[in-house]
Amino acid sequence: MNKGFRIRLLWLLVPVSAVVLAFGVSSLVLIAIGENPISAFRSMFQYGSQQNSLVSTVNRAVPLYVAGLAVAIGFKMNLFNIGVEGQYRLAALLSAAAGAAVALPAPLHIAFIMLVAMAVGAGWAGIAGVLKVKRGVHEVVSTIMLNSIATGVTAYLLANYLRKPLVGSELLLATRPIPASGQLPPLAVIGGEDLRSFVLIAVALGVLVYVLIWRTRFGYDLRASGINPDAARASGIDPNRMILTTMLISGAIAGLIGMSDLFGFFHAYTLDFPAGLGFDGIAVALVGLNHPVGIAIAAMVFSWVDRAAQILDLEGVPKEVIIITKGVIILSVVIAYEVVRRLVQAQEVKAAAEETRRLEQTEEAVAA
Amino acid sequence: MSWGGPDTALAQATQGRRLEARRMLFFLGWVILLLSAVRWATGAPDLTSSGTYGAALRLAVPILLAGLGGLYAERTGVVNIGLEGMMILGTWFGAWGGVQFGPWWGVVLGITGGMLGALVHAAATITFGVNQIVSGVAINILAAGVARFLSVIAFTGHGGGATQSPQVTSSLPRLTVPVLAGGKFFGWQSPDVLGWLEQRHWFLISDTSAMFRGFMVDLSILTVITLLLVPGTYLFLWRTRLGLRMRSAGENPWAAESLGVRVYTMKYLGVLISGALAGLAGAFLVLEAAGIYREGQTGGRGFIGLAAMIFGNWRPSGVAAAAGLFGYADALNLRSAEAIHALLLFVGISLTALGIWYLYRRRLLGGVLSIVIGGLVFLWFAVTDAVPRQFIFITPYVATLVVLAVASQRLRMPTYDGIPFRKGEQIS
Repeated sequence: MNKGFRIRLLWLLVPVSAVVLAFGVSSLVLIAIGENPISAFRSMFQYGSQQNSLVSTVNRAVPLYVAGLAVAIGFKMNLFNIGVEGQYRLAALLSAAAGAAVALPAPLHIAFIMLVAMAVGAGWAGIAGVLKVKRGVHEVVSTIMLNSIATGVTAYLLANYLRKPLVGSELLLATRPIPASGQLPPLAVIGGEDLRSFVLIAVALGVLVYVLIWRTRFGYDLRASGINPDAARASGIDPNRMILTTMLISGAIAGLIGMSDLFGFFHAYTLDFPAGLGFDGIAVALVGLNHPVGIAIAAMVFSWVDRAAQILDLEGVPKEVIIITKGVIILSVVIAYEVVRRLVQAQEVKAAAEETRRLEQTEEAVAA
Repeated sequence: MSWGGPDTALAQATQGRRLEARRMLFFLGWVILLLSAVRWATGAPDLTSSGTYGAALRLAVPILLAGLGGLYAERTGVVNIGLEGMMILGTWFGAWGGVQFGPWWGVVLGITGGMLGALVHAAATITFGVNQIVSGVAINILAAGVARFLSVIAFTGHGGGATQSPQVTSSLPRLTVPVLAGGKFFGWQSPDVLGWLEQRHWFLISDTSAMFRGFMVDLSILTVITLLLVPGTYLFLWRTRLGLRMRSAGENPWAAESLGVRVYTMKYLGVLISGALAGLAGAFLVLEAAGIYREGQTGGRGFIGLAAMIFGNWRPSGVAAAAGLFGYADALNLRSAEAIHALLLFVGISLTALGIWYLYRRRLLGGVLSIVIGGLVFLWFAVTDAVPRQFIFITPYVATLVVLAVASQRLRMPTYDGIPFRKGEQIS
């Protein structure tokens, strides 16, 4: 078989090993706690293939996908934006409050809310970026600190300035509801479940990110800075500018994470707004190998597993076993990627050596 | 982004260490003086009470352990972002061991749990060459999930739940220093000299004696062990042959390899010790501080420990000082809203003083910025009566960020920290 085919086959090892290991380890764990893995997986597949399950999976996957994109842009430049969690919650709060305070025709209203969210997300990420560029603070620690600070700031703003007056026996703190011009109706209703329209915007975002990173000069600079920062600097790319810009873009996309839920369901920021999407987004970006298509697949897989596992409670199997499944997927993808990369590199080196030897032999034959 | 490299070392090579130590002591003296003054001015006793210092020590221990753990790993050249996850494993196994077998088993199992997480991190980064930060982040995600899963299996239906364990009933021994702090000496209740001094509320004398007393009352045996680990780490890493080999793995692994040091082994050792210390921190949180495992108990302390390590310039004494600072911020956070409000005055005065010093050194931008921010903080203190609850919650995180922002430029990490080592593939 030729070199290209062999290399493609090697890369296939990454998802295959992940799936095999995930199923294997989960089965072992299930057996260890006295459950039947085959019946558990069968119930999961049955429940997960229902129409409403698939729609719910897509709904869950959209914010996860946006989170993965936000994190992946940073990863591509060796910048670890762990602060996505804080960025999106602060952005959701402030954009919900802003959206409720204005009245614009429908498409403008949606755009306005999205712009506010992107600005807030970019600003919060920018703090970490500035700290890194100006003071050399490593972005992992600073973004994690900013996550916790964002939690406090969000709670403070919601409790004191941005909440709507509680009516009657209401207990849940929330911002004022966004009027109808700032809401997105469902794209379709399938199997009794609403398919949220933001999925279209998310797909467009994925295409935009792909074009940005693989088809523009900026994207080339970004990838170069990630692969070999010294060479990038030598070729004229300003590292500080790249770091700051990348953090701002990553934060802006992070701000959009909460938009699907905001436009399609909540229409206000409440205390029970979905949390934890930031960290799930990191996992999805890792498994998706920082590519928009990979992240989409990873987001769908993780969301499907989450959804399908809900049936396990009814079967008496602890649904938390899928945490192990997801964890094994993450670890095996990350390790398999490295192993395969080295194998492919070895293949390339061998092929180049072969080629060189053949050329030398031909030269000798011609010279003789 | 790069963690290290030889040009970093060359650029920051010499840093008069003795001068630094003397300057630190001088600085500490001024801090205590200012704190005493603020305490006297605002009448907020908790700012410098022995209760606060005792709590500060108790809260500093997990941060110190995490910081030391990070130090061991990074001195061998492996960045360990997964400390938080290893601490989570330490809390879970510490609680489970404590409930099932007793507190000392909780400690042992907590340490083991942390080491398990470290083993995964070590295998992924050292043997397979995965990016060290990616692996650390993955460990954090995994550990949280594993803890949740194990809780569901082990704790639900046995007095706990998916997010917490049953109460750990027995506890570890504690001691109080006799004579100075009123400890029992073979059954005889000794006088509490420092406590008596503290009650006088004499400016500076009472505050200093409160500080010493805080470090002598109700000390857990784990706290004593942790405090001994600080000089112990220095002696191990800088005065033994094995320590030298470990440090050489982080400073120049290829040179070390050529001299016969088994670099892979050293790195594994560093990461495993790192996990053990993080696990001990988790066990401490459960067995000493809370008596119970609760989801989210670690509260980011693994990362604050990393920050303490960075701020401590990768040296044990520095880590201890930084952990003390963060522990103090944490203690104020928990104990007294009034003290946090008084802390604003302290910060305001300090920033203004810093600004004046910057201007004296002709650093115009830094000076003006410090004075402006200092003035704003002072205004905040003067205008408000109390700091909002949500802002009190974020005190330790803001403190960490500020400390890192101020100090990061003058620090030197191990030369090849974070750079993957593969035999025969020298990166220079």
